[in-house]
Amino acid sequence: MTEQSRLTPPPASYDEAAEAAALQAAAKRSRRSFLITGALGLAGLAGWRWLDSRPTVEGIPGPLRKVLDFNADLTNAYYKNTRLAPEFARSRARKIRVNGKVGLSNGFDPQTWKLTVQAYAPVGTSPQVHTFTIEQIKALPRTEMTTEFKCIEGWSTIVHWAGVRLSDFLAKYPLATRSGQRIADPHNPPADAAAYVGMTTPNDGYYVGLEMQSALHPQTLLCYEMNGQPLSLAHGAPLRLVSPLKYGVKHIKRIGTIAFTDVRPKDYWAELGYDWHAGH
Amino acid sequence: MKVVVEKHPLAIRWFHWVNFPVLALMIWSGMWIYWANDVYRLGWGNTTLFKFFPTSFYRAFHIDHKLAQGMSWHFVLMWVFFLNGLLYVLYTVFSGEWRYLLPNRHSFREAIQVTLHDLGLRKEHPPIRKFNGAQQIAYTSVVLMGLGSVLTGLAIYKPTQLGWLTTLLGGYEFARIIHFALTIGYVLFFLVHIAQVVRAGWNNFQAMVAGFEIQEVSPAMGEVTSGPTALPAADSSQKINR
Repeated sequence: MTEQSRLTPPPASYDEAAEAAALQAAAKRSRRSFLITGALGLAGLAGWRWLDSRPTVEGIPGPLRKVLDFNADLTNAYYKNTRLAPEFARSRARKIRVNGKVGLSNGFDPQTWKLTVQAYAPVGTSPQVHTFTIEQIKALPRTEMTTEFKCIEGWSTIVHWAGVRLSDFLAKYPLATRSGQRIADPHNPPADAAAYVGMTTPNDGYYVGLEMQSALHPQTLLCYEMNGQPLSLAHGAPLRLVSPLKYGVKHIKRIGTIAFTDVRPKDYWAELGYDWHAGH
Repeated sequence: MKVVVEKHPLAIRWFHWVNFPVLALMIWSGMWIYWANDVYRLGWGNTTLFKFFPTSFYRAFHIDHKLAQGMSWHFVLMWVFFLNGLLYVLYTVFSGEWRYLLPNRHSFREAIQVTLHDLGLRKEHPPIRKFNGAQQIAYTSVVLMGLGSVLTGLAIYKPTQLGWLTTLLGGYEFARIIHFALTIGYVLFFLVHIAQVVRAGWNNFQAMVAGFEIQEVSPAMGEVTSGPTALPAADSSQKINR
C-alpha cells in the first residue's frame, strides 16, 4: 500500500465543517497516543526498577543471572574444542602487568609446594586425593603457545606461555572419570567424566571453576613459564592456569588444589557479580 | 485546507521507541564496562585533545566501579537491542517502507543540499518528502552501525569461538575500538537527531508518536503544499529535476 492511497481525498469543494471535524478527531487521536506512549514509558521504567530490585543471585539481580546462564547455555551448545584462539608470532609477546594478588598470601614457599588433586568420585563417597611435585608436572609433554591474554577489565596483552595441557595431564593420570579411566581423546571424553573442574590457591583465598570442555581444550595449560622465564611469584609460581578461552580472572595463580566434580565449583569473581563462564 | 495524513506505521513507532531507551541503557552499561579500561583518547603522540572520559565525568554520573553490573545489563539488553533491530529491518523489507528509507542515486546530492540549507547557506528549500536524502543516508547508516555494534560486540564477547569474526574485524583490540567508536557515533547521531526534531516542529514529532501528520493541501489541485508527500525519493527528485 502506498501513502497515496491512504491520503484523504481532497473534497470537491472546500468544506470547513469537514476539516474541523477531521482535525478534532486527529487531536483526540494524538492525545490518546501520547497518553499510551507515556504510560508505556512509565511501565518500562517500573519494569526496570522491578528487575533491579530482585533478590540478587551471586551479586546481580536474579532475572539478569538467569539471562546470563541462558547465554552460557547457548554458547556452550555452539562451543567446539577444535576452535582455537588465534596464536601470534612469539616476537609479539609483551610483558604483562600484575593485576591481582587475591589468594597470594605471604609466607608461601614454592620449594615445598605440591599440587593436590582431588579425583572425581561419585556423590556420597570420599574422593581420593593425590599430590604431584612440579617435577612430575614438568615431566609431562610440554606445550608452548603465544596467545592474547584478555582481562575482563578490557585490556589485553600477547604473552608466550609454556606448560602442560590439562588434557595431557588427564591423559596420563586417570583422575577425572568415575570409572577411573584416562581421558584418551579430549575431544570425546568418556561419558562418566566429571562435568566441572574447580581450582583453589593453597590458602583457599582465590578459586575458579571451569566446565570440563574448556578444561580439556588444547589451549588450556597448567603453566609454569611466561615469556621464556619461569613464572614469578607475582604471576603465579610455581603453577598457574592459562586459557585463552577465558578472561584473566579464570587464570588462577599458584594453584593449590584441583578438584573434579559434578557440582559447579564456586568462583571468586562470579560471587561478586561476574559471569561464571567468563569467556569463550 | 488541512488534512490528516498517515506517516509512520505503528510497527515503526514501536521499534523506534523501544530502541531509544534500550540503546541508551546499552550505552550506559557500556560506559560502566569501558570505565574499567578507559584508554581511548583523541590526540597524537603525547598530545591529548580529549580523553574518554575525564574523571570528573565518571564522578558526576557515578560510572566508576560498576564493571560487573555493566556486563550483566549489557549481556541481557543486547538481546532486546538485537531483536528489535532485526524485526525493524525485516518489517521495512516486507512492508515496503525500505523504499522511503534506502538512499538512491539522488540521495547524496540531495543530502548536501539539505545540509547547506539547514546550516543557512542555501536558501532553496530541499524537496518535501517523507524522508529527504540526508535522512535516508542517516537512517540507513544508523542501521548499519547497529549491525556493526552487534558484530564487533560478538567479536569481543566470544573471541575464541567466533575467532574468525574477531580476526575479520581486525583483531580483539581493534574490534573493541570500533565498538566504542560506533557508540560515540550514536551519541553524535542523537544530538543531530534531537536538533532536527526540534527544528522540524511539533507536527513532525507528533507523527512518531501518533502516526499521522497534519498537512496543508491545496483544495483545487489536491497537491500537498507542506508536509511529507507520498512520493518515494527517486520520483520526487525527477519531478524537481524537470
